[in-house]
Amino acid sequence: MSNALNMNDKLASFNDDSAEVAGRSLWQDARIRLMRNKAAVVSMVILSIITLMAILAPWLSAHPFDEVYWDFIQVPPNFAEGFWFGTDENGRDLFVRTLYGARVSLMVGLVATTVSLVIGVVYGAVAGYMGGRVDNLMMRFVDILYSLPFMFFVIILMVIFGRNIYLIFVALGAVEWLTMARIVRGQTLAVKKKEFVEAAHASGVSTTKIIFRHIIPNILGPVIVYMTLTIPQVILTESFLSFLGLGVQEPLTSWGVLISEGSKVMESAPWMLAFPATFLALTLFCFNFIGDGLRDALDPKDR
Amino acid sequence: MNENNIILEVKNLNTRFDTPDGEVSAASEINFSLKKGESLGVVGESGSGKTQIFMALMGLLAKNGKTTGEAIFKGQNILGLPVAQLNKVRGVSLSMIFQDPMTSLNPYLKVSRQMTEVLIEHQGMNKKAALEKSIDMLELVGIPEARKRVHMYPHEFSGGMRQRVMIAIALLCEPDLLIADEPTTALDVTIQAQILDLLQDLKEKLGMSIVMITHDLGVIANMCDHVMVMYGGRVVETGSVSSLFTDARHPYTQGLLKSMPRIDGNHNEDLYAIPGQPPNLQALPKGCAFQPRCQYATERCHQEQPTTTYIDENRTASCHQLSAVTASHPMNVVEGAL
Amino acid sequence: MNTVEKAPILTVDNLKVHFPVDVGTIFTRKKTLKAVDGVSFQLYEGETLAVVGESGCGKSTLGRAVLQLLHNTDGQVVWMGQNITGNSVKEMRPLRKDMQIIFQDPLASLDPRMTIGEIIAEPLVTHHPELSKDAVKDRVREMMDIVGLLPRMINRYPHEFSGGQCQRIGIARAMILQPKVIVCDEPVSALDVSIQAQIINLLGELQKKFGLSLLFISHDLSIVRHISHRVMVLYLGNVMEIADKDDLYNSPQHPYTQALISAVPVPDPEARKKRVVLKGDLPSPINPPSGCVFRTRCLYADEQCAQTKPELINMGHSTSGENHQVSCHKVSVLDQ
Repeated sequence: MSNALNMNDKLASFNDDSAEVAGRSLWQDARIRLMRNKAAVVSMVILSIITLMAILAPWLSAHPFDEVYWDFIQVPPNFAEGFWFGTDENGRDLFVRTLYGARVSLMVGLVATTVSLVIGVVYGAVAGYMGGRVDNLMMRFVDILYSLPFMFFVIILMVIFGRNIYLIFVALGAVEWLTMARIVRGQTLAVKKKEFVEAAHASGVSTTKIIFRHIIPNILGPVIVYMTLTIPQVILTESFLSFLGLGVQEPLTSWGVLISEGSKVMESAPWMLAFPATFLALTLFCFNFIGDGLRDALDPKDR
Repeated sequence: MNENNIILEVKNLNTRFDTPDGEVSAASEINFSLKKGESLGVVGESGSGKTQIFMALMGLLAKNGKTTGEAIFKGQNILGLPVAQLNKVRGVSLSMIFQDPMTSLNPYLKVSRQMTEVLIEHQGMNKKAALEKSIDMLELVGIPEARKRVHMYPHEFSGGMRQRVMIAIALLCEPDLLIADEPTTALDVTIQAQILDLLQDLKEKLGMSIVMITHDLGVIANMCDHVMVMYGGRVVETGSVSSLFTDARHPYTQGLLKSMPRIDGNHNEDLYAIPGQPPNLQALPKGCAFQPRCQYATERCHQEQPTTTYIDENRTASCHQLSAVTASHPMNVVEGAL
Repeated sequence: MNTVEKAPILTVDNLKVHFPVDVGTIFTRKKTLKAVDGVSFQLYEGETLAVVGESGCGKSTLGRAVLQLLHNTDGQVVWMGQNITGNSVKEMRPLRKDMQIIFQDPLASLDPRMTIGEIIAEPLVTHHPELSKDAVKDRVREMMDIVGLLPRMINRYPHEFSGGQCQRIGIARAMILQPKVIVCDEPVSALDVSIQAQIINLLGELQKKFGLSLLFISHDLSIVRHISHRVMVLYLGNVMEIADKDDLYNSPQHPYTQALISAVPVPDPEARKKRVVLKGDLPSPINPPSGCVFRTRCLYADEQCAQTKPELINMGHSTSGENHQVSCHKVSVLDQ
């Protein structure tokens, strides 16, 4: 008997306190693993700096983004006058314009991705969980949208509604959610077969609750990874649209517009291409490194 | 006790894994030997290190694994052999079969190809002879219509048949030692009975030694000459099957035997249950690994790792409390307090 | 021990579950997979009915069809006098608090993103949304204590527990509404030997304490002998034999039951015996043999077995008063 008591003591002393012990969730585990990934951490730091600079742009430079300096047309970086990145062919400060471009590009990336995330996750999870005819109908609809030529779609929107930054959000989001929905549906099909979903079903939990409480949290891992990879893709697409002249309108600018302008004068004024391109490339790199890091951190096989 | 009779001798084998959370010891201070034509059962629960020992012997440990010690197989230390030399041993005179045959068969290659390749590679046979030998081997392991079936893909076989194919591949080069890692765990009882009979048969026909890794004491009692019981990465007890099953000395072995539900015997009482949880290799308790679950544990067990004690020539046990345990003979041990 | 009341809590009558499957690679043909093909039994209050059989015999499908987690093709499931076959998801919902399920893979049956407190509480919160958070927590702690978990672990996550503890969590979730029936789908086959005994004892204890009925699905005849009162042997979706535990193990009538029992290795080196080893493999349930489904592996099969499907025949009353039933043409021959 004393042995048994002794044993209970030992079991209890396995975790010292008799107070409730907080567990470490899979999310916390993943965060710890992500923090061990140097490339991802450095990327997050760089990205935060770029974001911060974009937000604080008006206070970082003495020059407004749309003011034309007639005396300084297309000059190389000039520290005495505060044109750190030089000026463009209209005599506007490139530094502040690059940061304003960052505002637009990052914003497009975030908003369009968020839109695609919300629609795609709900749509994909519902289709995947319901299965059968509902799934078939919903996914055929996605297929149809997929087959519409995207550029054509955007150009028609521009023609009808005029050039407008919100339109770009809508257009990009409307396209990106399709892929997201497919990914989410695939993940849902896998999670749906897990016994914990069956257990919830057997307990009488309603379908909506099963989807939001059990399915979605368990597919968020790959979704987040895909999201970090979608953001750079959206930024690139926006740059491409701007490059074609379908993007944001002057005097507002984005990295795509800046690069487009810079590429025209690449030989005479290389700084006009170099600075925005560096920022864009750096951002894309960072997102991709973070995506990779997240994939490793969230991959349960690693456990 | 002819020295030449010993086919495998493992001395002070240690297996460790480097993990992000530090070094984990999967098997520590393993010593045992196996004679020609004999079968050794290795019992233990998940995480007892029973599989890792033999993965180490076969050079199949994961990349972060390290092994020290010696494993003399037919007079040659096979631990730490370069891959080229190891390949002359493994799959030839030392073979291993696994729990899930599907993971060790290539699903995209016909069985004939997977079998003949081994023979062509190791024995320099020509294609035709290799195919004939493969068919013979499939017949030996009891696959009907072997001549036709040899040209099928692994997924066209049922679970039991797949395990037979695996055994046939393992036996192609007529190994001296076959290591079977839970070969029947994934199979149904009636199929398990077929496979166990087959292995027993082959052992007698080919005179090979078998290591049977399993968690099922029933399988061991039916198949093996000797038993090695593992717990927390260490050997806790060894002996001949007859002595160990009738007169277990280590508290863990005793508990294991008593907690096994039996198809014979008494069924109207609660089962004896070893209290507590299996050990976590990443956080082994201090002293004896079994100490937190042991009803005989004393202060010494909490502090000191027990060493191997010879009970007689063929029997060992690692426990500080052997005399106390033996005093209360396994058959009249007081039911556990939990 | 076998005092069984005569009103069954659950009656299953000629239950059939067929799945449509596509056979062939390019030119697919529709075929039916008869997972469960005409199974009838009764489950009484406080008893454990074991369903044994090999993989593919339809035992898990049967368990799920009984709970109406999947729809049966034919036959009836009568729950406390009420036919529940074909009930909609909504109609089933209130009934679910009396019937629960425990799964084979303890970790996979717990949502990895939830704390075990949330997991255990889920059925309670679903059926009693009016309960306050504190009341739910108290109930969860109480339940954890009953199944042998330390209540202070309530905020931990499933991956922080071992297999046996995860199974205890699964049992706590199934027990929190104090159901009348629990379907146990191979609840210990994924566990280590030393932990199996703990879980089996726990189930036995809970049964005594709460008067539970268990439908215990297992392939392990040794475990079944310990936990069950009656045993039903399934083969390819058909009942081969159903009897009181002791009758079934001491005098198995069906050749399949005999082979099954004889195939179990006994942990006793003295008892090495010549087993009745069945030849061949389980036939595919898509193309089951004609007549008696077992005939292809049966030692006694003849023309009659290929022609007609045997019915379940009563072999007389057994200890509990329930019938010992066998479906075999050769029973009388075997008897001699």
